[in-house]
Amino acid sequence: MLPKLNGVTLPHRKNTAKMPAVKMTPPRLVTIPMNMHIGAPAVPCVKPGDEVKVGQLIAEAGGFVSAPVHASVSGKVKSVAPMLASTGTEIMAITIESDGEMAISEDCVAPDITDYDSFIAAVRASGAVGLGGAGFPTAVKLDVKDTSRIEQIIINGAECEPYITSDTRTMIDDANLIAEGIELLKKWLNAKQVIIGIEKNKPEAIKAMSTLCDDTVSVKVLPSIYPQGGEKVLIYNCTGKIVPEGKLPIDVGVIVLNCTTLAFIASYVKTGIPLVNKLMTVDGSAVAEPKNVIVPIGTSMADVFDFCGGFKEEPHKAFYGGPMMGIAVPDLSAPILKNTNAIIALNKADSVLPEPTPCIRCGKCVKACPLKLMPVDFARALSVKDVEMLEKRKVNLCMECGCCSYVCPARRPLVENNKLAKAELRKYQAAKKEENK
Amino acid sequence: MSKLTLSVSPHIRSRLTTGGIMLDVVIALIPALIAGTVIFGLRALVLTAVCVASCMLAEFLFEFILKKPLTINDLSAVVTGMLLAFNLPVTIPFWQAVLGSVIAIIVVKQLFGGLGLNFANPAITARIVLFISFANTSMTHWIDPTRTFMSFNWANADMAASATPLAVLKPGSTGSLPSLMNMLLGIEGGCIGETCALALILGGIYLVARKVISFHIPVVFVATVFVLSLLVAPEGYSSLEYATYQILSGGLMIGAIFMATDYVTSPTTSLGKIIFALGCGVITFAIRIWGSYPEGVSFSILFMNLLVPFINKLTPTKPLGGAKAE
Repeated sequence: MLPKLNGVTLPHRKNTAKMPAVKMTPPRLVTIPMNMHIGAPAVPCVKPGDEVKVGQLIAEAGGFVSAPVHASVSGKVKSVAPMLASTGTEIMAITIESDGEMAISEDCVAPDITDYDSFIAAVRASGAVGLGGAGFPTAVKLDVKDTSRIEQIIINGAECEPYITSDTRTMIDDANLIAEGIELLKKWLNAKQVIIGIEKNKPEAIKAMSTLCDDTVSVKVLPSIYPQGGEKVLIYNCTGKIVPEGKLPIDVGVIVLNCTTLAFIASYVKTGIPLVNKLMTVDGSAVAEPKNVIVPIGTSMADVFDFCGGFKEEPHKAFYGGPMMGIAVPDLSAPILKNTNAIIALNKADSVLPEPTPCIRCGKCVKACPLKLMPVDFARALSVKDVEMLEKRKVNLCMECGCCSYVCPARRPLVENNKLAKAELRKYQAAKKEENK
Repeated sequence: MSKLTLSVSPHIRSRLTTGGIMLDVVIALIPALIAGTVIFGLRALVLTAVCVASCMLAEFLFEFILKKPLTINDLSAVVTGMLLAFNLPVTIPFWQAVLGSVIAIIVVKQLFGGLGLNFANPAITARIVLFISFANTSMTHWIDPTRTFMSFNWANADMAASATPLAVLKPGSTGSLPSLMNMLLGIEGGCIGETCALALILGGIYLVARKVISFHIPVVFVATVFVLSLLVAPEGYSSLEYATYQILSGGLMIGAIFMATDYVTSPTTSLGKIIFALGCGVITFAIRIWGSYPEGVSFSILFMNLLVPFINKLTPTKPLGGAKAE
């Protein structure tokens, strides 16, 4: 038996688990940012006034670690201009005025895949990024050169955040696409072992995925202890392997793919329609009719909430993703991104910021941390700028899953501290590198 | 539309608060309070109220005068007051109890920055100050609980004095020991909250079940004293009997369950807690056997409190996948 990793037990709030996704009526306007992935921003290849159709390339990958971007509606390019992203930085974005036709581009033809290289090229052209939320370009992840390095491929269906059920619906409603995706992995990546990891609070998804099991494919039922979907946690719980600091999963012979990402790749290989829509969960205490919705990328949050019956109470906070790691937005004009798996709007009572009280050193944050870090020490080290302590205690490993802040009885902003501490450590290490030169 | 709230994730929090934890500790102390009142009379209850009230008032006045945020709602002063009272003989004059409360809250806690920043346990330190200040008078005046048990009278300082079991256990002492059953029930000479091992263990089980404390410190602390005592049983006792008397005597149970487990003044990780509790056990044993005082629990905890920063430094967790530092 492997020693268990820590975590926290959360309320599930999977209110939409039984709701198959509905297609949203196309919005009048979409705003598509160029940085919907980790890596170099995409480079726009259209100009204002251009007519575009659904699936047409509108921005090329800006480098190796990058992804192309495609039009999600048909219509006219209104502007190619910087916008303020939810991260607070300015980012180039393409705005398209929809003609309501949703005409699909003639460019959308199923890719011709004959070997490993053409498979990777197809994934690259599809615009796929990690749809679980991370947004890492999928082609870069799959581009391992030597497929014999791959011992296991883990399909991430953990979906450990409260509220979100988009992966659950994909596993239930698009099980055939996941099956086709697994065939692609077997064929082009020589996958020898495929493990589908699902938290045990999704019996229907577990049932659907169990039908895919054979000699190479198995379902791993995970405990409902957050964060099962965290990459390192998932790898450990599915294979017992530990990804060392500074290494990638492939360095221990593992690739992790989100189940929705895999379903999308299978769909792209069949139809040639790139990543232009997103299945996502709309929920939260302010939302009138929580739903799973298929939304054109670039649609504003406001339009999606409107489609879900608007608000039953005035929203006081809204964020991309789940409540544990979600990124709050300043207003509802924020667009749906490739890696948006949920948008949540909370009412006034749920949006009240907790009032921090003094740390009583109870150590609950240490017991909650899945990676066995010590947030209590980070907070103290940060307050006295003891960067060497931050380095020694490995604040850089923190994945900001939120467990420490969640359990803290003193309501201290530990994730915020960790983010600041990581930035402080990076600055220090960069300076040290410079000195050594 | 009004502006939305922006904050770093997570956007939900557990319901647990500092006040909630302290309330659990208060609840866990109730059995011992009831036992103390039954065993030593109503004065035990009033003495506890005096300590709690003066701790809260001291905290309030200090923060009010210095214009600091008021924190009496977090109930930590209530816990300190109860623990201090439980570590006093029932006959101590009230003014000394108030003095102890002021020392605990103002000197040991607030002057070092308040909750979370004190390096020593306030109740333990205040008890030691009182103990040293009034060593031969009120702090060592033990009444015979067989005379107050179930009487619900006012415990009277003129009452016949009695020796504590630890004094009897000390080599060269005469006097007789209560039965082991009386030791478990707390019908023995001692401080009001420390004698009833049964009530304290009940409270400890509650705290572990509620995940307020982990079992490491109480179990290792008590086990250390037990095992070491097995080795030195004097003539006239079987090893087992002697060691059992040792762990049921004095402040060991209240110290191990409620004082050594104080978050602020004990180590963070399980390994650190084990080292800390081992140290507490060894020092308690050494003072009891070779020291000039009959009891060493308070001193052992205070001493180990001082070592906590070093223990913490030496016992970090091992991050998953963390590379060795160069």
